[in-house]
Amino acid sequence: MAEINAAIVSEPRPLAGAGGVEAEQGPPSTRVRGYWRSVGFRLRHDPVTLAFAAVVLLIVLAALLAPALAPFDPYKESIIGRLKPFGWRGHLLGTDELGRDMLSRLLYGGRVSLLMGVVPVLIATLIGGLLGVIAGFLGGRTNTAIMRVMDVFYAFPSVLLAVAIAGAMGGGMANGMLALSLVFIPPMCRVAETATTQVRTLDFIEAARASGADTLTIIRYHVLGNVLGPVFIYASSLVSVSVLLASGLSFLGLGVRPPIPDWGLMLSTLRQSIYVVPYVCALPGVAIFVTSICFNLVSDGLRGAMDVRM
Amino acid sequence: MDQLALAPHDHGEPHQPLLIARDLKKHFPVKGSGGKAVQAVDGISFTVRKGETLGIVGESGCGKSTLARLLLYLLVPDTGELVFDGAAVGDGITVGALRRHVQIVFQDSYSSLNPRMPIRDSVAFGPFVQGKPRGEARRIAREALARVRLDPDLFGPRYPHELSGGQKQRVNIARALATGPRMVILDEPVSALDKSIEAQVLNLLRALKRQLNLTYVFISHDLNVVRYLSDRVLVMYLGRVVELGPVEAIYARPAHPYTRALLASQPSMDPGRRIEQPPITGEPPNPISPPAGCRFHTRCPFAEALCTSVDPPLPLWTGPPSHIAACHLADRMRPARLT
Repeated sequence: MAEINAAIVSEPRPLAGAGGVEAEQGPPSTRVRGYWRSVGFRLRHDPVTLAFAAVVLLIVLAALLAPALAPFDPYKESIIGRLKPFGWRGHLLGTDELGRDMLSRLLYGGRVSLLMGVVPVLIATLIGGLLGVIAGFLGGRTNTAIMRVMDVFYAFPSVLLAVAIAGAMGGGMANGMLALSLVFIPPMCRVAETATTQVRTLDFIEAARASGADTLTIIRYHVLGNVLGPVFIYASSLVSVSVLLASGLSFLGLGVRPPIPDWGLMLSTLRQSIYVVPYVCALPGVAIFVTSICFNLVSDGLRGAMDVRM
Repeated sequence: MDQLALAPHDHGEPHQPLLIARDLKKHFPVKGSGGKAVQAVDGISFTVRKGETLGIVGESGCGKSTLARLLLYLLVPDTGELVFDGAAVGDGITVGALRRHVQIVFQDSYSSLNPRMPIRDSVAFGPFVQGKPRGEARRIAREALARVRLDPDLFGPRYPHELSGGQKQRVNIARALATGPRMVILDEPVSALDKSIEAQVLNLLRALKRQLNLTYVFISHDLNVVRYLSDRVLVMYLGRVVELGPVEAIYARPAHPYTRALLASQPSMDPGRRIEQPPITGEPPNPISPPAGCRFHTRCPFAEALCTSVDPPLPLWTGPPSHIAACHLADRMRPARLT
């Protein structure tokens, strides 16, 4: 550093163009915008994504505030009030086969479904992302070892794999989440590995190494920032898959146990009553469909806003 | 004495070479070929004197960039050693210390900057990982950006995609300077730039060298650029040094037929000197199995029986002033003057 400092001190204004190159003056009107701010800018000008993001926000809020919003106790049964249509005695969305209030159960069920949608994706992002970055950055044998193991999991269809794992471990919410996490780790790992491999061969990694940075520092400052975007986009698209799969597990009796309200489970038990109160029985399915499609469209919008070649 | 006062790291005398490369070799094994290897760099020795610019020229694929990476230990040489200012790397000084003193600027200005990092952070990264606190690293980055004539306030917060190719390459130069190196390896720094921008960057490099008392290793396939910037020139062919000497001697009286061919293949501005026949034909031989004897004999218009069997060592021919070449026939070719 001493050379630079000494020379800078001896030269009061290095911008004065002494070396034959004029100091660069960009157009003053050019706005300097960071990556995340430019993503935010593009998102703000995407009304479709914004609208669906608002719906997602509503669903999340409704689930969070279920205790305050639910008009009835979601577990309170009633022999005489079974399978009643919309609006029956203050039950805005009717009642189920045990006479429990559908609106309350849908609100509470949202908590379970969203939890089952988000938690496995978070776990898979952490574990799969970490494995992918390690495999991608180290390359060679480490890469082969990690990615071939992932390929073994890839060989099974995701639904089958989730059902098999959840079935082998027994039902229950925790096991269901574990099963979904295991299903999501391989694709997540692949996304992170691809992004890392692309970055690893670029010169700025070599330049960082030439500056004296060790592998961990390079990963932390130069790799993660570039891998985060694709991983985040993929994770957001996995949430809707996870909601669907979780509902499927519950539907098959491998996820949440009754009487806990869960959209998949509700759909499963109400399907026998579809000829009695068809609209009421369709509600959990509608909830799953709307949530899943909203997450999907928001993730699509994010992809458009974030996946820019720079 | 001024030079010494400006270079507090200096260990030896001004006459001690800043970098000595001894018999550097790097072979890349080819998978599934049963032990064959690409002989990218095959026994290269040279010295870089303090304060000089050593130009390295050669065709694509002759091992120039591999050599650049070997000099920084970004690739570990199979054999050979580097001596930096009297201290052998791995013995006298560590690889980490070498990287504090030697920095590199790559050809591809786009991929040498992290697209998700504002350029001031890219520049500050070097000082930061070398132990400077964040604030200090940022201050150094500002100075380095100002040095390459980019306003730190205007350009510091920008991202690489908001800069032109020339600006990006200046950021790369600033990044290399930020750690306060004594030597900078320039691996085709202007090859990807427009001619007008190229001149700007070359002038900047010249000015920086003078101001900061730097030593350059300048790698290029552009002979004009090398001539403009270099004090001495090293000519590479298929992983070997074929000729090494002062820039004027090399350009005026090339001793090796390959150097002659390279110089003759430059487009001439003078229609009277235009040549119809390409001075050198064919592709360079496969570096996996280089020809026996002189590696250039397959393309050399003067090749004799001797050339096909005996590999000429580098200082086979020595001329004044410290101009050397690896050619059996260099003496006979002396009368041929090019310029």
